[in-house]
Amino acid sequence: MEKVIELKDVWVRYGTQTVLEAVNLELKEANGLLGVIGPNGGGKTTLLKVLLGLLKPCKGNVKIFGKPPEKSRDLVGYVPQYRRFDFDFPISVWEVVLTGRMSHTGFLKKYSEEDKKAAEEALRTVEMFELKDRQIGQLSGGQRQRVFIARALATNPKLLLLDEPNSGLDPHMQDELYRLLNKLKQEMAIIMVTHDLSAVSVYVDRIACLNRTLHYHNSKEIPVEDLEATYQCPVELIAHGVPHRVLERHKGSS
Amino acid sequence: MFDLLQYTFIQNALIAAILASIACGIIGSYVVVKKIVFISGGIAHASFGGIGLGYYLGINPMFGLLPFSLLSALVMGTVSRKSKIPEDSAIGILWSLGMALGVIFVYLTPGYAADLTTYLFGNILTVPRIDLYLMLALDIIIVGSVYLLYKEFLALCFDEEFTTVQGVPTEKLYLFLLCIIALTIVVLIKVVGIILVIALLTIPATLSRKFTHNLKKMMLISTAFGTVISVTGIGLSYALDVPSGATIILVLSFVYGLVAVGMDMFEGRLSLKS
Repeated sequence: MEKVIELKDVWVRYGTQTVLEAVNLELKEANGLLGVIGPNGGGKTTLLKVLLGLLKPCKGNVKIFGKPPEKSRDLVGYVPQYRRFDFDFPISVWEVVLTGRMSHTGFLKKYSEEDKKAAEEALRTVEMFELKDRQIGQLSGGQRQRVFIARALATNPKLLLLDEPNSGLDPHMQDELYRLLNKLKQEMAIIMVTHDLSAVSVYVDRIACLNRTLHYHNSKEIPVEDLEATYQCPVELIAHGVPHRVLERHKGSS
Repeated sequence: MFDLLQYTFIQNALIAAILASIACGIIGSYVVVKKIVFISGGIAHASFGGIGLGYYLGINPMFGLLPFSLLSALVMGTVSRKSKIPEDSAIGILWSLGMALGVIFVYLTPGYAADLTTYLFGNILTVPRIDLYLMLALDIIIVGSVYLLYKEFLALCFDEEFTTVQGVPTEKLYLFLLCIIALTIVVLIKVVGIILVIALLTIPATLSRKFTHNLKKMMLISTAFGTVISVTGIGLSYALDVPSGATIILVLSFVYGLVAVGMDMFEGRLSLKS
């Protein structure tokens, strides 16, 4: 079984500023949700761009399903930060989701029946098929986020990457989103970049902290030292009513 | 009024108006939704260098304009994305560089540069037949490219990054879109001139956007608006004996203002009701 992700000693610099420093990450499990947390400007989006092949690291090796990122694009679904969109854009939900098929359709070709079937299935998975003819701006924030997830699912990905999918959503919508991801993670590996620590505690299976360097232990418990190294300040987490712990038990406590 | 249609120059003007409206309706829609008005203006103005070159070489300035506008599009598209300075600054520099080259070429041309104002401000009533053939050929290229690349252009305009992730060569596609914009500018030059060309690329498309949420329909409505308004403008400019290009822009702006204010009032009343 080939590894989903293999990052070896990856460095990214913008000018003189080092954004990612000696990042190593190995993800073998073909399903489950990996949460990447870290402060703003800590390189979370940069990490996703490296995984997507949008950004070439200045040093290091990136492999997605054993191939360079550009060669594995038909296996990767991507949900970008949604606040950067122009929601007045004249495009329907259906047209948006179909663009998730382009890596399969090929250049200069019309969308095939298979493409349309995949798009329909993706929209049904996120329960948005009934609204397929709506213009993208006529949806609520939560519905829109589901459309962007459907667009990523139309690719039939084995790896789904989400960049701050919960930002701009109210708690109820966030809850819906996480339940959807919980369903999806049975069939694919999901990496979600977020700064929402409370959500991470309930739904993720593995957790990584990123602030220029990456701390990853292939578990969902983070040593306090790693968390504090990531945020560079004491972090207090209160996990109320949560079935799992995020933090290790402190030494000395029973 | 119908007597006018017997004149060849009026017939040519109407054909030119229709050909221009097709190009600006389709490509203007991309310019507006992808928000690349400024770079399009830059390509148009920099292309003045090509007109100057045409005069200098003693050829039809349209044939200096055509390659030069394509070159401007490629240089501007590449430099604005790759350079370390902000995109709009890069565009501003190339914009004026092209114009300055044009001014020098015109200055170096012996004798008087006849019809120079035609290229700057347009004069649809003096479009020669050869220019109409050129406009028709360019329209065919523009419509054909958009027909073939509709799905790619739509994805590119909506979300360039995601389209790249889908394996589409978006950088090349963007440069190609800029080249198509350059061809559109060549089609529009005779109607409104370099200085005013950006109005034809933005106003009909912005106007049609108010009536639809579908890009194809936006292109059609925009073409229809362009045709009706430019023909009205030609009529007015003939009747009042004022420059045609500027008259067309004034009619466009007037209609846009009317529709915008009208729709705001209408929507305002609706929201007051509910």
